[in-house]
Amino acid sequence: MTILLIAEHDGQQLKNATRHTLTAAEELVRCGATDGIDILVLGYQCQESATDAAQFSGVRRVLLADALPYQHALAENTAACIAALAKEYAYILAPADTFGKNLLPRVAALLDVGMVSDVIQVISRDTFVRPMYAGNALATVQITDAIKCLSIRSTAFRAAEAKTGSAPIEKITQVIANEQVEFIKRTVQTSERPELTSAKIIVAGGRGLKSRENFQRLEKIAEGLGAALGASRAAVDAGFAPNDYQVGQTGKMVAPELYIAIGISGAIQHLAGMKDSKVIVAINNDPDAPIFQVADYGLVADLFQVLPELELAIQHISLRPS
Amino acid sequence: MKILVTVKRVIDYHTTIRIKADGSGVETANVKMSMNPFDEIAVEEAVRLKEKGIATEVIAVAIGSAACQETLRTALAMGADSGILVETTTDVEPLIAAKIFQKIAEDIQPRLIILGKQAIDDDSNQTGQMLAGLLRWPQGTFISQLEITADTALVTREMDEGLETLSLKLPAVITTDLRLNEPRYLSLPNIVQAKKKPIRTLPLTELSIEKAPHCNVLQVTAPKARQAGIRVANVAELLQKLHEAQLL
Repeated sequence: MTILLIAEHDGQQLKNATRHTLTAAEELVRCGATDGIDILVLGYQCQESATDAAQFSGVRRVLLADALPYQHALAENTAACIAALAKEYAYILAPADTFGKNLLPRVAALLDVGMVSDVIQVISRDTFVRPMYAGNALATVQITDAIKCLSIRSTAFRAAEAKTGSAPIEKITQVIANEQVEFIKRTVQTSERPELTSAKIIVAGGRGLKSRENFQRLEKIAEGLGAALGASRAAVDAGFAPNDYQVGQTGKMVAPELYIAIGISGAIQHLAGMKDSKVIVAINNDPDAPIFQVADYGLVADLFQVLPELELAIQHISLRPS
Repeated sequence: MKILVTVKRVIDYHTTIRIKADGSGVETANVKMSMNPFDEIAVEEAVRLKEKGIATEVIAVAIGSAACQETLRTALAMGADSGILVETTTDVEPLIAAKIFQKIAEDIQPRLIILGKQAIDDDSNQTGQMLAGLLRWPQGTFISQLEITADTALVTREMDEGLETLSLKLPAVITTDLRLNEPRYLSLPNIVQAKKKPIRTLPLTELSIEKAPHCNVLQVTAPKARQAGIRVANVAELLQKLHEAQLL
């Protein structure tokens, strides 16, 4: 029995989250749970995404459901399409981001099966580890259903890179549409900076920055470092930063090489989203801030002295080629 | 129009959790419990719709032990009209919870069901989507704005890339994100009044739902703690250390 991996893509290529999910799928193949991986690309005018998916090593075939009702990844349509295909599969995998979280539970319900969210480790063909309580507890969960729905936390699996494959692309002609939901619009933040969930360096600001203007000073620092910009929930709630910057239990999960937390106290809800970062730097004026308990390098200082010094220093930093 | 809103009793989010020594779960005895914060937002939104004259009745439903009466009383004190407790002492996983809510919804016929996007105990983020799937209703997940017209719910969803606006035909299921609203504080008169509002108790065994677990939690452990590192004196030293570690 095979894995069906639901691709998150942008119409041209797979998104990073899908490549991380593919690595988790490969682990399932390695533990003998399955004989291969099929990738399902749902969308409209998304042939290029299917072509991209077909190049990844270890992919047996790519299923392409290219039709107008799948254009905006509306769960009502896509979940029904996936459920119709699912009977032939042993696993259905999707990334545990807003795309997969919206879609996969609906698929599971249509199939009358359970689901394991945010898988961070594959133990065996039916047993997985997932975090609960904002990452303060790890549960080992065994799933009993014949079709196992798993959402995969990207930070726990590397991104699949190898593109030596040439899997066949098969078109799915069945189109499922409904009148229940209508897409109105999408407002996407565009930025020259790298995407938060795949950046090597993240500069993140908290309430300690005290104002939107001060928060915006981090932009220059982030740009100088080639870093993405993140924020704590407190900073988002205070209106310093938009919601899609939010890192934490209810925001994004990140694990960059370097996470620089500026004016973030380190509530457990925030730590849940970033404590898997390789190196954590904390800059805060409160020496007792909990963020220092997880920081590799801590600097207790007045932020408003530190910011100009950082800005100046970063102008002189030549980026290490990566 | 009737609104059904779901509330879960969870360990208070200010509380540091303790894992049981035998690895069977998280200690909940003698721990401060409160309503899941996302469910508070759900109740608040439902009550606001009633105050605007859009909703006629707000019914709160909880699943769990008799102690969940307290959570329902909180919902009633916020302004819900009545409560339903589906009583059980066993843990209920998201698919079972969704099936329970489906039964309740088929009984009371709401036009809108509002759930928190996730419960902060198991962090599954599944129940709302599963409920929508079981009912074959449209779903608006992780919403930060809601506008109700005669037959539609216009929702703004918080996505990783930004915001998405959808128009859902009612009846619909929606799940709340943090920025939807700020839940009210409970006033003493409202707390007193809430004691007079009805709560119906329904044993789970009476609902004829297949309760065999789909997911078994075999073990719960603490994650490896991260060690604190070193303190640096100033920006120059910090940058030097990061250089030495080849991070910059």
